[in-house]
Amino acid sequence: MSPPHVVIVGGSYGERTMKLGLLGQKSLLWTLRTAFFPWALTSSAARADTGASNGITNIFKPLSTPAEAIYEVSVLVLTICAGIFLIVGGLLAYTHIRFRRRPEDDGREPPQVYGSNQIELAWTVIPILIVFVLILVTARTIADVQNAARPAGALDVTVVGHQWWWEIRYPELGIVTANELHVPVSDPTKRRPTFLKLESADVAHSFWVPQLAGKTDAIPNRDNRMWIEPKQPGTYLGNCAEYCGTQHARMLLRVIVHPPGEFEQWVEAQRQPPVDDSQVQAGRNVFFSTACVNCHAINGTRADGKFGPDLTHLMSRETLGSGAAPNTPEKLRVWLRDPQLLKEGCLMPNMQLADTELDHLVAYLLTLK
Amino acid sequence: MASQDLALSPAAETSLPLTARLHTLVVTVDHKQLGLMYIGTALLFLVVSGGMAAVIRLQLAVPNNTLVSPQVFNRLFTMHGTAMVFLVGMPLIAGLMNYLVPLMIGARDMAFPRLNAFGYWMFLFGGLLLYLSYLAAPGLAGQGSAPDVGWFAYAPLTGRAFSRGHSTDYWILSLLVSSGGSIVSAINVITTIASLRCKGMTLMRMPLFVWMMLVVSGMIILALPPLSAAQIMLLLDRFLGARFFDTQAGGSAVLWQHFFWIFGHPEVYILMIPGFACASEIIPVFSRKPIFGYPAMVGATMMIGFISVGVWAHHMFAVGMTAVGNTFFAISTLLIAVPTGIKIFNWLGTMYGGQIRFELPMLFCLGFLFQFLLAGLTGVMLGVAPFDWQLTDSYFVVAHFHYVLVGSFLFTIFAAIYYWYPKASGRMLNTKLGLWHFWLFALGFHLTFDPQHLAGILGMPRRIYTYDAGRGWEIYNLISSIGVIFQAGGILCLVINLLWSLRHGEPAGDDPWDAWTLEWSTTSPPPAYNFETLPEVRSRRPLWDLKHPEDPDWKYE
Repeated sequence: MSPPHVVIVGGSYGERTMKLGLLGQKSLLWTLRTAFFPWALTSSAARADTGASNGITNIFKPLSTPAEAIYEVSVLVLTICAGIFLIVGGLLAYTHIRFRRRPEDDGREPPQVYGSNQIELAWTVIPILIVFVLILVTARTIADVQNAARPAGALDVTVVGHQWWWEIRYPELGIVTANELHVPVSDPTKRRPTFLKLESADVAHSFWVPQLAGKTDAIPNRDNRMWIEPKQPGTYLGNCAEYCGTQHARMLLRVIVHPPGEFEQWVEAQRQPPVDDSQVQAGRNVFFSTACVNCHAINGTRADGKFGPDLTHLMSRETLGSGAAPNTPEKLRVWLRDPQLLKEGCLMPNMQLADTELDHLVAYLLTLK
Repeated sequence: MASQDLALSPAAETSLPLTARLHTLVVTVDHKQLGLMYIGTALLFLVVSGGMAAVIRLQLAVPNNTLVSPQVFNRLFTMHGTAMVFLVGMPLIAGLMNYLVPLMIGARDMAFPRLNAFGYWMFLFGGLLLYLSYLAAPGLAGQGSAPDVGWFAYAPLTGRAFSRGHSTDYWILSLLVSSGGSIVSAINVITTIASLRCKGMTLMRMPLFVWMMLVVSGMIILALPPLSAAQIMLLLDRFLGARFFDTQAGGSAVLWQHFFWIFGHPEVYILMIPGFACASEIIPVFSRKPIFGYPAMVGATMMIGFISVGVWAHHMFAVGMTAVGNTFFAISTLLIAVPTGIKIFNWLGTMYGGQIRFELPMLFCLGFLFQFLLAGLTGVMLGVAPFDWQLTDSYFVVAHFHYVLVGSFLFTIFAAIYYWYPKASGRMLNTKLGLWHFWLFALGFHLTFDPQHLAGILGMPRRIYTYDAGRGWEIYNLISSIGVIFQAGGILCLVINLLWSLRHGEPAGDDPWDAWTLEWSTTSPPPAYNFETLPEVRSRRPLWDLKHPEDPDWKYE
């Protein structure tokens, strides 16, 4: 059932925009942006045409079906609003200039006009018509995004917001990871969107990766859903978008979109049990003899804590502390010495490890690839 | 506060010894004195929580700044937002209502003078309680400081598990107290308008200011109790083990959001309609024409009041409502553009064909008109639910509501200050300082808030204490922070002007603007009893009739 749906979603926007006479949206947007946001271009235009995002979180550079649907309605609304601003703003400016008091005025009061039913009716009816158009396109986009049918090849992922990191679970694949959502790219002939179930372990969070979709909150005790359908491989950045406490700012998100075939390799790698390397036995002992195991899990060991991120494939991730620092051995050592240095207020305590213990522990964690 | 309010009080009292003057302040039940106390206190809170905003902008000026810790930052934006809404916006409108409504309807005082004083003291002590949290919230637990849960305090972040110490309790109790003050003052205004209008002042002859304050008072009575109720439920959660919002015991986090926003959205209009009220008095006088389409303005105000209680969940488009729910709230939100548009067009119609005098009050109204137009249009964008899924909780929203609350509300308040200060003090404000205030503040406003739209479009979430370089946000944040300097300069000019002109301003006379409503028919400042003989009116512009006996309004209305 998936191919017909592609046509429906894709086609519907084309039809609608044509009906409204909005032609050449990309170039129109370009004009608008150059007019209103001259600075916006310099920061991201250079990278825009290469497609894959790498650091761009511009909502006007969508690379995923729901984000594109939002983009199209946004451009339409922006155009209408810009038109209204020019007309009404122009009238205001004209009135202020034309009817200002002049030195040659003779001091008599101008004609006293109390109103006009015809004119007032006109400026009531015209806004109603504009609002009517906006309501139609809004309702249609809401339905297109929220009621989208789920194609057969879709991937299911559960994202759980925690203070202040993301737990990412693939229930069908048996994978648990953190802060980085890996998904396959979707192409029109073989759609592979990802459907997310959003949960929260504590307070309200919000999942926002601007190039992939609008945001949806992750609220405890509530079953929220959203979907993404990235069309180009690459790394997409995002943030928690609902204030969730001290380190709301450092609750970053990465979505890594794999080209065809590569996603399966990643899945395979994630399903491997950790390698038991006897050279790092000392670090292993540190890990299993401190409170690390209360909060963190490593597959195939007795560490099965649920409070912090799963560490089975820690070193496959790009960042530490949900984007607080790059995941390098040096930063990892700083993090283990005192997480509060990199992420003040985070819930991982300083474990008061000695320098040699730190060295051993880092060596052990580095084997968790 | 004391010196400012004292200074604003009628000249006769300044000769009394300090203790006697303080005593007058404490025991007064005069609506004008209380109105000025409201406004003076609100301006003081404005300076304090504006200072907090300055620290916020300083922290965000450059990426990865470490000027303040995340904990301190979170307290700053919570206190800034809470104070600006409850301790600046609400008392400013309460002050204006108190001072002007009895004068405009030709009454000697409010209907319940002592209730009026009670409302002021509730507000003042509620406000002090909020700031006391910095010292007292740690309590015996030794944790917590000022509230740090955001001004809308989403559950379950406010639950005991996530908010230890007493900071959230201070947030709840101080707002319960000050909301109580707002409710009694709204009841008082409604009663006053209903029962104390002078002879001949039918409802449709009331100045638009009075009409709009009547609608606002009705909205206050509708909107604040849900907030108070939700706050009491939260107190029960925190102290008596109720589970309304405790998600780990089956409570609902979304329920809090519904309660909060069914207060929170009407609240936006509770602040904005008084802004419209001031503009609707000032624009006609400085255009030398009556308001265009008076009945339509009254109707549009009531429509806004009515629709505004049915739009609250547009703050919640991202919480995962159904498509039907989202569509409903998108429709109601977009509909509000219609009566709002009517107002803008009617102001435009008022100016069209007039002789516009660009005195300071009109200059601020001019800024208001353009900025409110933009604020309304970004509001339409946010009302389109799918667009909102991208924009909500981003800096675009921050820019939008500051366009409403600063670019529109505060600009009209400044206009009102320049317009009515001569009435309250008997002296004009200095024009040169006023021009400095206008231009510095307008420049600062645009430098600060225009770039925030772009930061939001580039994906910057609100309420983050810092950010990494590389997402294109740096330049906008830097410009935004620089704007604060100009805004602060503008406010400084205003404060100096308010104090300096008390002694040295040009004497104003009874009617410096050649205006048409009743407050200009009495002396400046008005005597305690307002009018020697109670006036009688035959039209909406009694002073026009008096000045133009050959061509009075009542012939046409």
